[in-house]
Amino acid sequence: MTVLKTAVDPGTAEYAANREAMLGKLAELDTEQAKAVAGGGEKYVTRHHQRGKLLARERIELLVDPGAPFLEFSPLAAWGSEFPVGASVVTGIGVVNGVECVINASDPTVRGGASNPWTLRKTLRAGEIAIQNRLPVIGLVESGGADLPTQKEIFIPGGQIFRDLTRKSAAGIPTIALVFGNSTAGGAYIPGMSDYVVMVKERAKVFLAGPPLVKMATGEESDDESLGGAEMHARKSGLADYLALDERDAIRIGREIVGRLNWRKQGPAPKPDPAPPIHDAEDLLGIIPTDLKTPFDPREVIARIVDASDFDEFKPLYGSSLVTGWAMLHGYPVGILANARGVLFSEEAQKAAQFIQLANRADTPLIFLQNTTGYMVGKEYEQAGIIKHGALMINAVSNSTVPHLTVTMGASYGAGNYGMCGRAYDPRFLFTWPNAKSAVMGPAQLAGVLSIVARQAAEGRGQVYDEDADAKMREYVEAQIEAESLAAFLSGRLYDDGIIDPRDTRTVLGIALSAIHTAPVEGATGYGVFRL
Amino acid sequence: MITRVLVANRGEIARRVFRTCRDLGIATVAVYSDADADSSHVGEADSAVRLPGNAPADTYLRADLLIDAAQRAGADAVHPGYGFLAENAAFARAVIEAGLVWIGPPPDAIEAMGSKIESKVLMAAAGVPVLDDLPPDTVAAADLPVIVKASAGGGGRGMRIVRELADLPREIELAGAEAAAAFGDPTVFCEPYLATGHHIEVQVMADAHGTVWTVGERECSIQRRHQKVVEEAPSPLVERIDGMRAHLFDAARAATKAIAYTGAGTVEFLADDDGRFFFLEMNTRLQVEHPVTECTTGLDLVAIQLDVAEGGRLGGESPATQGHSIEVRLYAEDPAQGWAPQSGTLHRVDLPGVTFTTAATPSGIRVDSGARNGSVVGIHYDPMLAKVISWAPTRAQAARMLAGTLERATIHGLTTNRDLLVNVLRHRAFLAGDTDTAFFDRHGLDVLAAPLADEQAERLSALAATLAGDANDRVHARVLGGIPSGWRNVVSQPQRVDLDGPRGPHAITYRQTREGLRADGFDGVGLVSVAPTEVVLDDRGVRRAFTVARYGSESYVDSALGAVRFTVLDRFPNPADHVPPGSLLAPMPGSVVRIAAAVGDVVAAGQPILWLEAMKMQHQINAPTAGVIAELPVRAGQQVDVGAVLVVITRDAPEGDTRELH
Repeated sequence: MTVLKTAVDPGTAEYAANREAMLGKLAELDTEQAKAVAGGGEKYVTRHHQRGKLLARERIELLVDPGAPFLEFSPLAAWGSEFPVGASVVTGIGVVNGVECVINASDPTVRGGASNPWTLRKTLRAGEIAIQNRLPVIGLVESGGADLPTQKEIFIPGGQIFRDLTRKSAAGIPTIALVFGNSTAGGAYIPGMSDYVVMVKERAKVFLAGPPLVKMATGEESDDESLGGAEMHARKSGLADYLALDERDAIRIGREIVGRLNWRKQGPAPKPDPAPPIHDAEDLLGIIPTDLKTPFDPREVIARIVDASDFDEFKPLYGSSLVTGWAMLHGYPVGILANARGVLFSEEAQKAAQFIQLANRADTPLIFLQNTTGYMVGKEYEQAGIIKHGALMINAVSNSTVPHLTVTMGASYGAGNYGMCGRAYDPRFLFTWPNAKSAVMGPAQLAGVLSIVARQAAEGRGQVYDEDADAKMREYVEAQIEAESLAAFLSGRLYDDGIIDPRDTRTVLGIALSAIHTAPVEGATGYGVFRL
Repeated sequence: MITRVLVANRGEIARRVFRTCRDLGIATVAVYSDADADSSHVGEADSAVRLPGNAPADTYLRADLLIDAAQRAGADAVHPGYGFLAENAAFARAVIEAGLVWIGPPPDAIEAMGSKIESKVLMAAAGVPVLDDLPPDTVAAADLPVIVKASAGGGGRGMRIVRELADLPREIELAGAEAAAAFGDPTVFCEPYLATGHHIEVQVMADAHGTVWTVGERECSIQRRHQKVVEEAPSPLVERIDGMRAHLFDAARAATKAIAYTGAGTVEFLADDDGRFFFLEMNTRLQVEHPVTECTTGLDLVAIQLDVAEGGRLGGESPATQGHSIEVRLYAEDPAQGWAPQSGTLHRVDLPGVTFTTAATPSGIRVDSGARNGSVVGIHYDPMLAKVISWAPTRAQAARMLAGTLERATIHGLTTNRDLLVNVLRHRAFLAGDTDTAFFDRHGLDVLAAPLADEQAERLSALAATLAGDANDRVHARVLGGIPSGWRNVVSQPQRVDLDGPRGPHAITYRQTREGLRADGFDGVGLVSVAPTEVVLDDRGVRRAFTVARYGSESYVDSALGAVRFTVLDRFPNPADHVPPGSLLAPMPGSVVRIAAAVGDVVAAGQPILWLEAMKMQHQINAPTAGVIAELPVRAGQQVDVGAVLVVITRDAPEGDTRELH
C-alpha cells in the first residue's frame, strides 16, 4: 500500500488559470449537451407532452432505479454534422431493478425519432457495449424509421441492428423492447427480434406496412389498429407479450421483466466499502494545464481517482515517461498506464508491453490515461528500434483480453493513440476530457509538414515558393486540424463514448468497471509474435 | 395470604397489577385472547392461560373461563383490573364461590352502584347531592339539553347528548343499542346536561374494618365523547374554591359508607364553576387514572387493594398529597378525523426520560403501557396505547414535562392523539386551570388537533424523508451503490419523490450536485449529512437533525419540529389498486351493523347508506354525492378493513354510460 502524496498548491496563479480555463470548457460542454437534452425543441416537446407522452429522458428516469446513476453515451453524437446534436437517440447504462442494462431510447421529438447515419452509429455502439459486457438491453421504442434522404447510409448497414439483437439473445443477453409509439416497417423487427415485448395500449403501432402501402400492394382496406395496434399484437399476433395501460405501466412492466431475469454478473464482485481518494477531485481542474505542451504528473490524477489514493507503482525508475502501477477503483483491481511526459521512448514501450502481460496474467482490467504526443522520432531512436518497441506495445494492447478503459486526459497524437489503446483498439469504454485533442500530429506540425513538402516540390520544379500562399495555407490547415482535433468534434463522430467532467472520472470509471464485470474477466493466453 | 393472582384483564392494567404483585412476591397469572397471544402482559406473567377467540364476549367477559383459568393455574386470588368484568357483581360472586379471593369491593356494593338509576336514589338518601333523573318519556323542551346514559354504562359508551326533542327517540334507541352491545343491558336514562361541567372524582380506599380514606381528588374534565383524555390531581377547580375539597370528601365518604364499600373506589361528581357538585356514579374498581393519585401520594393503590382483600387495615388518617400529577391517555386514534380509532401495527414506541416510581421524588415521568414495538392494535379492544404520567411540584411544571416527553416520543405505525395532547398541555386555558368538559368544543379541534409540525417543518421533514430514503436506496443497491445519488453525466431533470403528508402531497424534486444539495423550493437549505436513518439539514444557518424510519412505504420523521408521517408514493401505480370513481371507502376498520340502501337505489347527498361499528361506537356512513348505488359489496355483520370499498355511487342511472366504472 502506497498512498500518493500531492504537490498541488491550489493557491498558485497557474492553478487558478487552469481551473478557470477548464470551467470555461465545461460550460461549453454543458451548452452543447443542453442541445441534445432539448431534443426537437420546445414546440415538439410541448406537442409530445400534450399527447400525454413522456420524453425519452423522462422514460429513462422512470425506468432506472431511484437514486441509481445513468451514464449516458455519446451525448454529442452528430456534433458538427448536419443532424441535431444527440442524433435523436439516448443511450447509456442504467440500473433497472438492480441490474445494469444498456438502455436505448429514441427521441421522438427530433424528426419523429427518425434514424440518421449518426443515430445508427450511436445505436450500434450501444449495442456493442451490451454485447462486450453482457448487459441486458432495453429499447424504448418510438421512431418514425429511417431518415429517408440519407437511406443510402442507413439501409444496408442498418441491418446490423436486427442481426445484433438476435445475436445478443443467442449469447444469453436478454433483450427487451418497450414500444411506446411507431415501430413500423424495418423498425418492426426491433420488437420482432427482442426476447420480451411490451406495447402501450392505443399508442404502439407495429406493422410492416401501413394502410396506404397495404392498399397499394393488395387493395386491402385496413387501419392502424388492426394492422399493428397493441391490443391486436397482445391478443392476436402474439408479438406483444405484455399490454401496458399507458407509458408508466409499460415502464413498470419493463422493470418487472428485468427483476425476473434472474440476472447474475459473471465477473468478480468488487471489494466492499471502497475508501474514496484522499485527495480532492476538484483539484483536477487546476492540475490540467491550459496548454497541452505543458506536461503534468499523472500521479496527481491517479491520486484523485483511485481508492484511498493508494497506487503501487510498477517499474518507477525505468521508462519514467510512462507511469504504470496497480490500484483499486470502486473496489475493482486495476492496472493503470498513464503518460507522464507525452513522448513514448523504447523503454516506455517495453515497460508497457510487460505491464500489459502482467495484468493479463492476473485477470486485471487496465486503465489507459492518455496524454501522449506519440513515439519518439529521430535518427537515434529509429536506429535503436523505436518501431520494434512501439510494435511490442501495440501488439500487447491489441491482443490483451482483459477489459481496457481509456481516458484521453490531454494529447492523443500519432501512434501514441494506438499504443495507449485509442478507439481502434477496442477499449470497452473511452471517455475524453474537454481539453483533450487527438490527431495524427499537432496542427502546427501537420501544417509545417505540408509546408515543407510543398516547398520541396516547388523547389524540385524550380519554382519560386509563394511565401504568402504558404502562410495562408498553414493558417488554414492549422485551423482545420485544430478544429478536427477537438473533443467535441471527435465525440460527435463517435470516436469516444462521451466527454466527461474530469471531476467525474472516478465515478464514470466506477460505473464502467461495474458494467465490465457483468462479463467474465479473463487475461490473454497468446499474443502476436513479439519482435524482440 | 394471597400467593398467586390472576388478572382477569389485558394490556397495561394487567401489567400494572403484575408489577405490584412482583414487588410483593406474589406470583402472577395472565389470561389472553388469541389476538393478545403475543402481548406484553402475557410474556410478563409467570404463567398464562388462553381464552379462545377474540371478541370480549368470548374471552375477557367469560366469567366461567376466567375462574377455570385461575383454578388451572393455581391462582388463589383474582384481580379484575378495570373494564370487562371489573364491575360485574355476578363475576365477583362466582370468584368468591369458587373459593378464590376477590380483589375488589363486596358484590353487593358493586350491585348497588351498578345501576346508575338506582344508585342515584341510594346516594340521595345518604345526603349526597345528585342531579334530577328525567324518565325519557317525561323529557320536555324546557329540560333540554339532556344527556342519555346507559344505566349499566361507563367509559362514555351509550351516552348521547340531545338538544332537539325530535332527536330524543332515535338517540335513546341508539344509546340503548350501544349499551346492549357493550354491557348486555339496554336500559337508559336521561339527566340534565351540563355542557360546561367539571368532572371531579374522589379516590377512596376502604377496609373491611370501617376505615374509609379519601385519597385526594382528580379532575378529568377534558374528555372526548365522554371518555377521559387528560386527568390530573389535584383538581384545579377544587384548588380554586375554598372549602370545596372538604365537602367533596365528605360526600365521597358518605357514598362509600352507604354501601359498605371496601377496597379501591372512585366517586365521580359533576361540578359547576362555582363549586356546586352532583353525584354521577361510583366506579367500584381501580380507575384508569389512578396513577396521578399514586404520584401525588406515594401510595401503591394496587398494594393496598391486595392488603384490604387479605383483611388488612388501613392505618391512620387519609394520606396527604404533594405536588401535582397529570396523566394523558395516548390513543391510537385520529382526532382530526372524528377521533377515528386506528388499527394496525405499532412498529415502534419509545417514550424517553421514563422513570417508574411512586416514591415521593420531586418529579418524574411514568409510563403505564401494554403496547411495545411490533404490537398489533386490533379492532377488538380499546385503542389506548399508553398512559403517560408526569408529576412535579407544580402543575405548570408537570404540564411542561409531560408535553416535552410526548413531543419527543417516538411513535411509529399508527396515528395517535399525541399532537392533540401536547397542544392541550401547552394551551393557555389549560395552563390557567380553565378546564371543563367542553374544552375541545370551546377551543376547537382545528387548533387542538393541529399537527405540532407546522407547514415549514412538514416540508423540511418531507425533504429529510426523501434524502434518507435515497441514502437507504444507495446502501442497499445491488450494484453501483457507491456512486453518488442520482448521478448523471448529462442532466435533464431532477430526481423526484412524491410523498403524502398530513397537510397534503409533497413533490420533492432535487439533485445532489458537486456544490451540494439543490432542492427546488428549499432555498437556503443545505445538506450537512445524510444516512438512511438520520438527516441533518442546514436551514438558513440553523442545523436541524431529523431521524427517519421506514416501514414499507411509510416514512416517519421525528425531530424537534414535531413528528411527521409520510406515505412515499410508488412511482408506478399498481393497476390492481385502481378504485372505481364514486367509491366510498371504509374510514376505519369495523363491522357493518346495518345497511339502509340497496343496489339500484337513487340516493341523495348525505343520505345514510350504512352504519359501521368500530370500538363500540356506531359510525354513520353517508352518501358523498347524489347518484345511484352501482355496487354494494358488503353485507351486514361483515368485518371490513380501513379503505375497503363499502359502496360505489354513480351519478348516472345504471342503464346509462357506466364506462367510468371499469
